[in-house]
Amino acid sequence: MLNLDFAFLTPQIISSYVLKGFAFSLQLTLVAMLGGIALGTVLALMRLSSRPWLALPAAAYVNTMRSIPLVMVILWFFLLIPLVIGRPLGAEMSAVITFTLFEAAYYSEIMRAGIQSIPKGQVAAGYALGMNYGQTMRLIVLPQAFRNMLPVLLTQTIILFQDTSLVYAIGAYDLLKGFEVAGKNFNRPVETYLVAATLYFAICFSLSMLVRKLQQRIAIIR
Amino acid sequence: MSTWDWQVFCKDTIDGEIVSRCFGGAGDVTYLDWLFSAWGWTLSVSLLALIVALVFGSLMGILRTTPNRGLVLAGNAWTELFRNIPLLVQIFLWYHVVPALIPPLRGVPSFLLVVLGLGLFTSARISEQVKAGIQSLPRGQRMAGLAMGFTLPQTYRHVLLPMAFRIVIPPLTSEAMNIVKNSSVAFAVSISELTLFALQAQEETARGIEIYLSVTGLYFITAFALNRAFHFIEARVRVPGMIGGGH
Repeated sequence: MLNLDFAFLTPQIISSYVLKGFAFSLQLTLVAMLGGIALGTVLALMRLSSRPWLALPAAAYVNTMRSIPLVMVILWFFLLIPLVIGRPLGAEMSAVITFTLFEAAYYSEIMRAGIQSIPKGQVAAGYALGMNYGQTMRLIVLPQAFRNMLPVLLTQTIILFQDTSLVYAIGAYDLLKGFEVAGKNFNRPVETYLVAATLYFAICFSLSMLVRKLQQRIAIIR
Repeated sequence: MSTWDWQVFCKDTIDGEIVSRCFGGAGDVTYLDWLFSAWGWTLSVSLLALIVALVFGSLMGILRTTPNRGLVLAGNAWTELFRNIPLLVQIFLWYHVVPALIPPLRGVPSFLLVVLGLGLFTSARISEQVKAGIQSLPRGQRMAGLAMGFTLPQTYRHVLLPMAFRIVIPPLTSEAMNIVKNSSVAFAVSISELTLFALQAQEETARGIEIYLSVTGLYFITAFALNRAFHFIEARVRVPGMIGGGH
């Protein structure tokens, strides 16, 4: 009864259909991770500021992003970016901008927790040494917050990698799309979806095992 | 493009004529009717998936804390399987692959397949929280239960779970809100819920901003209502004497 045939998935077919999408998924994950962590750290510092004109907009941004489904955020940006810049932008570029800005909200919550977990005395020590706010943050608080939060940041990145499949909504050509197109062309959708699921599982499972190892090592250092 | 045009919701979906009372009737369907029906689909998918997720998530979370290594392994395997495949891929598996491999499932409506897909995806996350909740209890509680002559299931039923479930209500609240957000993925298998409405109505009317704003607003209201409902439950079942408990 199982009429599965994976023979059509030759290396040639995989490299012509899937590799391009895989490359885009990885690129999207990396750019959104680096951009998201950078922007997220700024947002976290803004939220922890005692100045309301910094804290309130950051809180509003983070809470808004976190309460809208990612698919809707993708659609919103795909609709709004061309209106703002006055010309259409490809689905891929739009996805990169969307994911960076969207993930920044999630990374900022992680960084905020990381910064808040640093003892107050560390900041006081920085000021006592004559450092200003920027130096205290950059040289004392953020490196520690970053190291404490590294496993959580990486777990969020695995979720980000899984979420990149949602660019399906605007038709960007990612890993899942590559498998889907191959499945349609060879009329073997069952097989391609199975292979896609196995590949995603293999990547995410091994990465989360690595994160778990890392977490144990960090725990020993403390 | 610069002005609002909220009248778009009063338009008939077929001929584009503006219907005077905005709600169609007698065979006419306006975009407002469609919006509410889409909201209904979002609500049904989310609530049914939440039930599936709570049932399987609790069961797997409990299995992972039992002394039986086989059961722990089964619970761990379940969690890793459903946590490490993207939701959209899981939805496609339920929609395209499962009915092809298991012929009796061919007649099952896609709505139910999506409920299963979303529910089991979320069950992996709930199992993590239930497990953490049970493990956060002092070990003496389990021992006390067993020492009283309770069987293992009785210890869970009368000693461990009543406390553990109260502890995990806050993380379950955010999972419930996540389910509403994640139900948007159902658009990919043509469930006529809010996101599919947004995509199609935007295309037909070219009033994207008004359509998206209404859809985003409804997602917001739904998640917020669930949040309040869980807070209500949390307040009702509070244990006196605990931190954050009643008097």
